[in-house]
Amino acid sequence: VCTSRFWFNYRHVANTLSVYRSVKRLGIPDSHIVLMLADDMACNPRNPKPATVFSHKNMELNVYGDDVEVDYRSYEVTVENFLRVLTGRIPPSTPRSKRLLSDDRSNILIYMTGHGGNGFLKFQDSEEITNVELADAFEQMWQKRRYNELLFIIDTCQGASMYERFYSPNIMALASSQVGEDSLSHQPDLAIGVHLMDRYTFYVLEFLEEIHPASQTNMNDLFQVCPKSLCVSTPGHRTDLFQRDPQKVLITDFFGSVRKVEITTETLSLDRDVAGVESKFPEEELATEPLKYAEQLPVAQIIHQKPKQKDWHPPGGFILGLWALIIMVFFKTYGIKHMKHVF
Amino acid sequence: RTSVTSRYEMRYRSTTGQEEAALAAATAREADAALYPLQDTTLGSLTMYVVPETSSLLPQGINVYVGKHRSALVRAVGSLAALQARLREVTQLMSFTASAVAAALSDRVPNGQLGPDARRNLKSSLGYEITFSLLNPDPKSHTVDWDIEGAVNRYVKPVLDKLSLVANFSVDSQILYYAVLGVTPRYDKESSSFLLSAHSLPHVINPVEARLGSSAASLYPVLNFLLYVPERSHSPLYIQDKDGAPVSTNAFHSPRWGGIMVYNVEAPASPQASLPLHVDVDMARVMEVFLAQLRLLFGLSREEVPPEFLLEGPGNEGLADWELDHLLWAHTVENIATVSTTLTSLAQLLDKIGNIVIKDDVASEVYRAVASVQRAVTKLSLGHLHAAFQASKEAVTSSERAFFDPSLLHLLYFPDDQKFAIYIPLFLPMAVPILLSLAKIVRETRLRKKEPTKMD
Repeated sequence: VCTSRFWFNYRHVANTLSVYRSVKRLGIPDSHIVLMLADDMACNPRNPKPATVFSHKNMELNVYGDDVEVDYRSYEVTVENFLRVLTGRIPPSTPRSKRLLSDDRSNILIYMTGHGGNGFLKFQDSEEITNVELADAFEQMWQKRRYNELLFIIDTCQGASMYERFYSPNIMALASSQVGEDSLSHQPDLAIGVHLMDRYTFYVLEFLEEIHPASQTNMNDLFQVCPKSLCVSTPGHRTDLFQRDPQKVLITDFFGSVRKVEITTETLSLDRDVAGVESKFPEEELATEPLKYAEQLPVAQIIHQKPKQKDWHPPGGFILGLWALIIMVFFKTYGIKHMKHVF
Repeated sequence: RTSVTSRYEMRYRSTTGQEEAALAAATAREADAALYPLQDTTLGSLTMYVVPETSSLLPQGINVYVGKHRSALVRAVGSLAALQARLREVTQLMSFTASAVAAALSDRVPNGQLGPDARRNLKSSLGYEITFSLLNPDPKSHTVDWDIEGAVNRYVKPVLDKLSLVANFSVDSQILYYAVLGVTPRYDKESSSFLLSAHSLPHVINPVEARLGSSAASLYPVLNFLLYVPERSHSPLYIQDKDGAPVSTNAFHSPRWGGIMVYNVEAPASPQASLPLHVDVDMARVMEVFLAQLRLLFGLSREEVPPEFLLEGPGNEGLADWELDHLLWAHTVENIATVSTTLTSLAQLLDKIGNIVIKDDVASEVYRAVASVQRAVTKLSLGHLHAAFQASKEAVTSSERAFFDPSLLHLLYFPDDQKFAIYIPLFLPMAVPILLSLAKIVRETRLRKKEPTKMD
């Protein structure tokens, strides 16, 4: 999830897209990824190289290639939509790609980046999500067993405040900085004119480049990424809610997808000479009325219709009371005899 | 705290004349077929016939014969207590065991207490989508034709019709070209074939899955069955199990996902045969494997049966009646557990956020869910499996609809302290002169009341 928009927040979009690429490289298909981006970088008029988003100085790697499937873009990235995706309380008309169809055996990785503060994360410059709301959403997910284990990574200023309030089991959290510290960006690119990546994500991605689908690296190595000397901020992590030992948790449990597989040893013996079960259609079709257009108002009538008279309601209680109070105080203070000077 | 207890109700009687006649048949299978019309075949009931020890109905060394429907023939060996234990064992096999019930309740059992197999079976759902895919990575060498429609009508439909009591199924199929497995198979000189080792199988599925696609509209879990025709350069391709022996079915499956089978095409007789080779897939062989995988995905395995039991094959129907009962017991228990968790957590949510507005339809769904689940529990305790299962299905539908109603997002309801925080800065400055004037009025009225007494 990238929670910022505007050109100067280029690095947040680059962060998110780079993590997206790594996760896809390690085997997770698009149908299992929900990507929320403001998506205003590639076609931004200020982008000197249109249709590209680079994550490396000297434009080495275009992370916005042909293969990017954004599920929630632009103004759809709101706190409400994010919480709806997490808790599953989505209107029934939402397509499959915009839903989180997880069950009690799914491991979920959530990566969020943007601008944040002590206890909140700013969404698109107009709203914020607090750590309490996030913790409640995770609890709702746990109640309905929508995850088996959850890894939450956040790369914002004061990111550690976001995972302070979690209370549901099986959650592990990583943040790029502690409360009171700012996460810094990595390197500006002089041709594009903005900072391309954040430091923490940059080092995490370097770490992930060495992971392949069969790798046995565990979570403790991920915790060591980006020490203070490189990152300036102190990354933090939280594992007390997690039931397994982080030493034994493989990176590919969350970042890649390795399925349990069993060899099929049984077969069913089928009788080959069996006639098919054809679904029979009824012989005569029911006579249906010929379709005709519904009666419609001619357009001319619609244009010249007067606006419908809204029924007039007398003013409601609060307004009435307020005005009564103001008028009474006015008269009492200034006396009734002043009324004739008013009128 | 919840607990689930199970009991088996056993009733004993002697055989009727007709049953005696049926049991005089030559083989166990004929006896079973003859006994079928004489039985009580309601869902959840079993009939067991105890035959004398010397009976020739059961072959040598076999003490129990389990038929295709809901009956079994048990040889009376040893004491009465041993017979009772044996009957109990057969009942457990044909209906449910305590571990099966625990597996169905896997949501609510703490993680450490379940075996590794516990969460392997498909979760109980109102419907499933089955997708058959043919993967042809080398269309230049092979033109593969498969009569999937015919195969579905002939072999798959009877199985799905039998399972229609459990859930709705929808079937579709597709052909994918240039779809390769993510793993390069090893060439083995001794057998001059290519081998896929067991530990590389988990990495096969993901690259393919990205191309599989699924129906955008339905939210039911998808079961994928893939048939892979290897390239000419990698033919023949065999799957190796952990001990290094080639697997007879040449197929593997992944729990809760589906299965993959490798279909080898024979090399052409002469090396100058014109490419592409036309391949007509033997759908019966393929469907035997796919349907077996479907059974395994649902958890109907026949592997843990003691050696003195003889189980009758289910034939084209895909599963025996008692296996259907087995599924229904597990799904009913799972549904009831899910409903109770959902409703409890919904109640907790409403307690926590006091000012959530519950719409009328959400409330009616909750009432309906509660009524259905109570009915399901009563029916389950009486052993009426069909009614219990239907009630549990209704309960799950209603409770899921109530829990996932879009209006229950706690973001939409403001806590009281936020309301105060917004309105106080607005109204307090405005209210200050009003309150001061009110105070002045009160003081003046009090003074005026005192004055008349003074002037008099």
